[in-house]
Amino acid sequence: MNWEIVIGLEVHVQLKTQSKAFCGCKTTYGSPPNSQTCPVCLGYPGALPVLNREVVNSAIKAGLATHSKIRYRSGFARKNYFYPDLPKGYQISQYTDPICYDGYIQIPTEEGKKKIGLIRIHMEEDAGKSMHTENGTLIDLNRCGIPLLEIVSCPDIRSPQEAYTYLTTLKQIIRYTGISDCNMEEGSLRCDANLSVRPMGEKTLGTRTELKNMNSFHGVEKALAYEANRQITCLEAGEPIEQQTLLWNEQTQRAEPMRSKEESHDYRYFPEPDLVDVQLTDAWIQDIKAVMPELPEERLSRFIKHYGLSEEDSLVLTAEHEIADYFEAAVQGFQDISLMNHWIRGEILRILKEKQISIDQCPISPKALRDLLTYLLNKKITPQTAKTVLDNMVKTGESADKIIEKKGLLSITSSEELDALIRNIVEKHPEEVKKYRQGKTQLLGFFMGQVMKATKGRADQKITRHILQRYLDATEE
Amino acid sequence: MSISREEVLHIAKLARLSLTEEEVEMYTHQLGEILNYIQKLNELDVDNIEPMKHVLHIVNVLRDDKNLPSLSREDVLKNAPEHDGEYFKVPKVLKTE
Ligand SMILES: [Zn+2]
Repeated sequence: MNWEIVIGLEVHVQLKTQSKAFCGCKTTYGSPPNSQTCPVCLGYPGALPVLNREVVNSAIKAGLATHSKIRYRSGFARKNYFYPDLPKGYQISQYTDPICYDGYIQIPTEEGKKKIGLIRIHMEEDAGKSMHTENGTLIDLNRCGIPLLEIVSCPDIRSPQEAYTYLTTLKQIIRYTGISDCNMEEGSLRCDANLSVRPMGEKTLGTRTELKNMNSFHGVEKALAYEANRQITCLEAGEPIEQQTLLWNEQTQRAEPMRSKEESHDYRYFPEPDLVDVQLTDAWIQDIKAVMPELPEERLSRFIKHYGLSEEDSLVLTAEHEIADYFEAAVQGFQDISLMNHWIRGEILRILKEKQISIDQCPISPKALRDLLTYLLNKKITPQTAKTVLDNMVKTGESADKIIEKKGLLSITSSEELDALIRNIVEKHPEEVKKYRQGKTQLLGFFMGQVMKATKGRADQKITRHILQRYLDATEE
Repeated sequence: MSISREEVLHIAKLARLSLTEEEVEMYTHQLGEILNYIQKLNELDVDNIEPMKHVLHIVNVLRDDKNLPSLSREDVLKNAPEHDGEYFKVPKVLKTE
């Protein structure tokens, strides 16, 4: 039988605010444990939460970026459960009236673009962090109260690969809005998944299971593939699927049923009495629209149209908004867009990969690259020299000007100078000249190489080739 | 409307309360009486009344995204039954949430 896999994803992104959702504590990642807490985020009696305006602004941005409807009046609710890293005994969240709903994002698939619906985006606070050790559990409450957005997709995803693409696309969009770093290693993006299977063509959904504890996008993909396979095997053996929560174990590459699950979903939500509703206005939303950065799809089509770049090049350059920013800064006032594209895609991205750094840590600034390529564009240096200079710039941090001057790397374009040099080389290699004249014309490459060696790559290629051919061909007659 | 013994035990478990047999009986009775009393509200016709979740009619109590001083870690850990100077220490738990 053919089975259809049905997946819905719940993504939590941590917002990049200065202060927590309901108090003024810092949100700095990696601070000493329990150094960023106060009576509000510790849930002390009598402390009152006050909502951070930036959390609302961020939620509106996320909504606008995902074609969501924005709810003008929304409020908070308490989600009650007991856990040591939740000192209040409840999480402040949104329940019946999430700030955004009915959105979608478009993901690339082999059959073209596909819409994945978003049921809701709501604001909530994070819990603390537990570390399980041999002799007990250690609790750090710095993360308590850091603002989160929970983004819940419709069950529109049809394969583990599609789930992976959805996550990378959503991450790209959210990162473009600037509201979150979406860094899974630092926990600023987390993902839980729901999966069920049904016979192809069936309309009603099968019994679903929930998957948690994946710590990378590939982990999500693998966990989903594992679980889909498990469910199909069960159903084909005539066993029903039990609705349950499974924890992905990266070590064993298996999803294991969570223990003690009986009461895990009885959260007894009720309206948060300590907070009043958020009432948005058209003007407020308009203000956010005005400061919304360009989103990936818009930027992609602008790169194609405005710069005349291919779709493939544009996709690479706009994959991260920082790379797109770098390109646009570098290409400012530069004549040859395709040369710039070629060097960023080829050299700059290679450097980043080798050094395992992001583009904002790139040792070559956009201006430094433009200065270097201006030499190349004006034929003042050869492509080979340009690469040497770039490597030197990375190593020393010096400018192209300085390195070219210090090392005397300007290309040799003087015909007289090259003429003398080439005549000398031709005279030194009578054997090769003879073979060349007997028809082994590919030896031109050998002579080019000799000239480049003699000039340390500084000889202008076009002029060199021209003079070489004149010597080699002329004497043939 | 009354409440069953099972429901009382369930609520007690959610609240991490351990009740004696007498307490279970007492709360089953008391909670049942409270529910019966509240039940009276169902006699009212509220079809055309907006649900009220808050007694205040104000909205948008917001603060700017600015930092305020946090407590010192020493103070934060002071009242904890157990800590190691950096972390709170609690009995070994299995992640269930
Ligand atoms: Zn705080």
